[in-house]
Order: sequence, then structure tokens, then C-alpha cells
Amino acid sequence: MSNHLNLTLQIWRQDGPTAPGRFETYEARNIPDDASFLEMLDVVNEGLIEQGNVPIEFPHDCREGICGTCGVMINGRAHGQEKGTATCQLHMRKFSDGDTIAIEPWRAAAFPVVKDLVVDRSPLDAIIEAGGFITAPTGTAGDANDTPIPKEAADSAMDAAACIGCGACVAACPNSAGQLFTSAKLWHLNSLPQGQPERYKRTEEMVETMEQFFGSCTNHGECSEACPKEISIDFIAYMNRDYIKSKRTNRKLAGQR
Amino acid sequence: MAAPTVHQKSASNPIRKKAKELPFPLNLYQTAVGKKWVMALTGLMLIGFVVFHAIGNLKLYLGAVEHNGEAVWDIDLYGEFLRELLVPLFPRTYLLWFLRIGLIGAFGLHIHSAYTLTRMNLSSSSRYQSKQDWLAANFASRTTRVTGIIIALYLVFHLADLTWGISAISPDWERGEVHNNLAYSLARWWVALIYIVANIALAVHLFHGAWSMFQSLGLNNPRWNNLRRLVAGGLAGAILIANLSFPIAILAGAVEPGEPEISASEG
Repeated sequence: MSNHLNLTLQIWRQDGPTAPGRFETYEARNIPDDASFLEMLDVVNEGLIEQGNVPIEFPHDCREGICGTCGVMINGRAHGQEKGTATCQLHMRKFSDGDTIAIEPWRAAAFPVVKDLVVDRSPLDAIIEAGGFITAPTGTAGDANDTPIPKEAADSAMDAAACIGCGACVAACPNSAGQLFTSAKLWHLNSLPQGQPERYKRTEEMVETMEQFFGSCTNHGECSEACPKEISIDFIAYMNRDYIKSKRTNRKLAGQR
Repeated sequence: MAAPTVHQKSASNPIRKKAKELPFPLNLYQTAVGKKWVMALTGLMLIGFVVFHAIGNLKLYLGAVEHNGEAVWDIDLYGEFLRELLVPLFPRTYLLWFLRIGLIGAFGLHIHSAYTLTRMNLSSSSRYQSKQDWLAANFASRTTRVTGIIIALYLVFHLADLTWGISAISPDWERGEVHNNLAYSLARWWVALIYIVANIALAVHLFHGAWSMFQSLGLNNPRWNNLRRLVAGGLAGAILIANLSFPIAILAGAVEPGEPEISASEG
């Protein structure tokens, strides 16, 4: 048997990128506690549509914690209070009847609000784009064990590749730094043999693109706490190490052109 | 054939332009990651200074010793030793000034990188309207800028009080009389209070800085990571205890100014 909750929501409403935003209060009545956070917003939206009001825009897609589309600030925490959980996998049973929940979009100078709770996260794409390509044969697929990879390196790369690119790290950071995202993207290639030829070129380009959009790291560790995939700040240290190395290595490579 | 992806123009253009790249070692200082690296290295130099300064100060507790047949304060001897470092290879105070210039450079770079990175961060972030809930950031990490400013102001006061001996601040100051200058100055409660507050700020600053340094330099190995917190905490604690002991000992009357005498019991 599921219980039902009555909640008070304070939701950020903003008509467009340049329009001024404000908090509006909504009553969410009779929400089953089996519902996910996004399903709760769906119920509220249905009510709004029935009354002839404009529904709340919020980012969502796969609703199973793997696409990285959803993400809002819930009571001052990115993706809400559950550790290692994206907004779509946060369930209403984690809240109590009568709670007041404040819902805000991600905030960073590089993440302008599109509408209500939706922000433009394309700077994250710009960082990925700056990473360029990896040199890989494009003919028929090689044998699976052609390239031996140490178990530790493969594990480390997989931990980094768990990043779904939701932007919670930037949202949780007091400096709006993109270090956790960028370092995770770098490490899942930099730790593998296939990623070696462009390792330092990629590191330099991605870090410098990141810095055109985001702040710098002051090592609080908020990003890792907010991350739905619990990416470790260890990767930030690896990125810092690789970046300084890249400046030397790329200079040497430039001499060979 | 799949339709080509429509490349929409991003709503968020870079919020800052990439600067024209300077020649090799200088270009490191043009990026935030490079600046953090400089901040970590200069921070390491400053930690070295703070540690040796505290160790040197502990000589205050050794009291008077016999030197060339006379009774002298041990810490006064130590002060002269620093001025005579590597004499006669270098003339007196030359090496000391070399070290001082290095420190001034380290302070300058540390403060400049902190200032420019703070400006970068302020321009990158945008405040939440609801209350943000901190999970990992601790008191030390969130107050690093404030404690840094307190330390910089204290440094100027400390130099005026005991190094330059500006008479408005320390009227009893005499060049070379380390023990007496210290004992006269810190016996005043308001001076002691400044030293106590500033050294607490220093310990808080070091607690975050000494840990943060490893991250910025990329010195990370999951096997040793727990040790980094321990090193930072131990360093901050040791510096705090040593540096707070001086104003407290002088206020409590355990160390008093006067002519050095070797008491019979010690002799």
C-alpha cells in the first residue's frame, strides 16, 4: 500500500532567458509516495493544465538515471538529498507529508535559464567538442583482446566514464567550476591505451575551453557529493597533473612539425 | 542516410575570451589550473617559512645561555645566526635577504593568483535564491579568502611591531633584542589578542591549504589520500599550538623581559 503526501512546492518560474524569474508556490495534493520526483512534477503540471495555466518546464528524458538530462536544485542540493541519485530516481517516499520543497534551476553564469527549471548546458558540449578525436582504426573491429589493458586502468576509466554529463557538479560548486565533468571526460580516455596518442593535446584543449565558461576549483569537494554517479575528485587531481604536463609535452610536439 | 545534426548556435557563448598565449613558463600562469599550481607551490614555500619560524620561536623558552663568557638570551643568538647564515661565504645578511626576496615573491604570487582566481569565480557563478545546503565544504575551505586577508593584514602588523619596530606600535623596541622586544610587546593584552586571533586564522587557512595543495599539484593516489587530511590537520594543529603558546606564555608571565641572567639551578 502506498501512502499519499501533501506538499508545498516553491518553484522557480521564468518565462524566458531574459525575463525576470520568481518563486511561485504550488500545493501538490495526494502524491503517491511511489512516484519519482519528476512524476510528482507531472501530477502538478496536469493540475495546472486542467486549470488552464502554463505547465512548469523541467528537464527530463530517460527517467532511469543514465541520460543526464534531468537535474534541478531541490532544497539547496543538486538532485536532492539522496547521495548518488539523479532527480528522476529520487522518490517521494524520501519526503514527509506536509514538507515544503524549494525547486530551482542549476545556476551558473554559463548555464542561462531557457525557461523555468530548464537551463542551457551547451558549454559542456563545447568542452567535449574541444577534446577532438581519438586515433582508432576504422576498418573491421579488432579482436577484443588486441589491446591489453591493465585491470586497474580499465576500472578507473569506467569509474570516470560513469559521468552522465548532467551538470550537477557545476550547479553544486560555489565557483561554478566544471572541473569534475571535464576531468571525468578526460580520464576515461587518458587512462586507456587507446587514448594515449592525443592525451596531452586533448587535455590542454579541454581544460582551456572549460576555463572560458566556468570558474576555478577551490577543492571544496561539493561536486562529488552532488554527483549522481559519485565521481571522485581524484580525477580533478589527475587532470591538474596532466594539464601541467601537457604544456611541456605539446611544446615538444610543436617542435616536430 | 541520417539527417545531419542541426547545429544550433549556443545560447551561452564563452563568458571570457582565451588570452593570447605567452611563451612557455609564463603561459602556465595564464590559466586557472596553472595558477592553482603556482598557488600550491608558493603555498608550500610559505608553509616551509611558517614551520621554521615557529621552530625558531621555540628558542624563547630556552631563556638565557652563556655565550663568549656573557649571559645572552638564546633567541637573540638565533636571530644573529640567521643574519650570519653562510658567513663568510656571503657577507652578513646577504643570504637572509636572498631568502626574504624569495618569500616576498612567493607572497606576491600567492596573493595575486588568489585575487585573479576569486574574480574569475565571482564572474562564473550565480547565486541561488533558495538556501544552498553545503555537504562537503568545511569551515576552513569556505573561509580561505577571509583567513588569507586576516593573515596578510596581521603580517604587516607583525613586521611593524617586531621587525621594523615602528615606535607608535612598539615603543620599547631595540634592534637585535629579540627576547625583550617580544616580551614587552606581547605583554600588552591587545597585541596578544591580535596574535592569537591571527594565528587561529593561520591554522584554519593551513588546514584547507595544505590539503588543497595536493589536489592542485595532482599529487593524488587513492592509497595515500587519507593521509593528506592527516598531514594538513597535523600541520595546522602543530603550528597553532606552537604559535599560540608565545602570547599566552608572555601574558601569563612565564616569559619576562629584562637582562639575561643564568640562574644557579640551570647552570
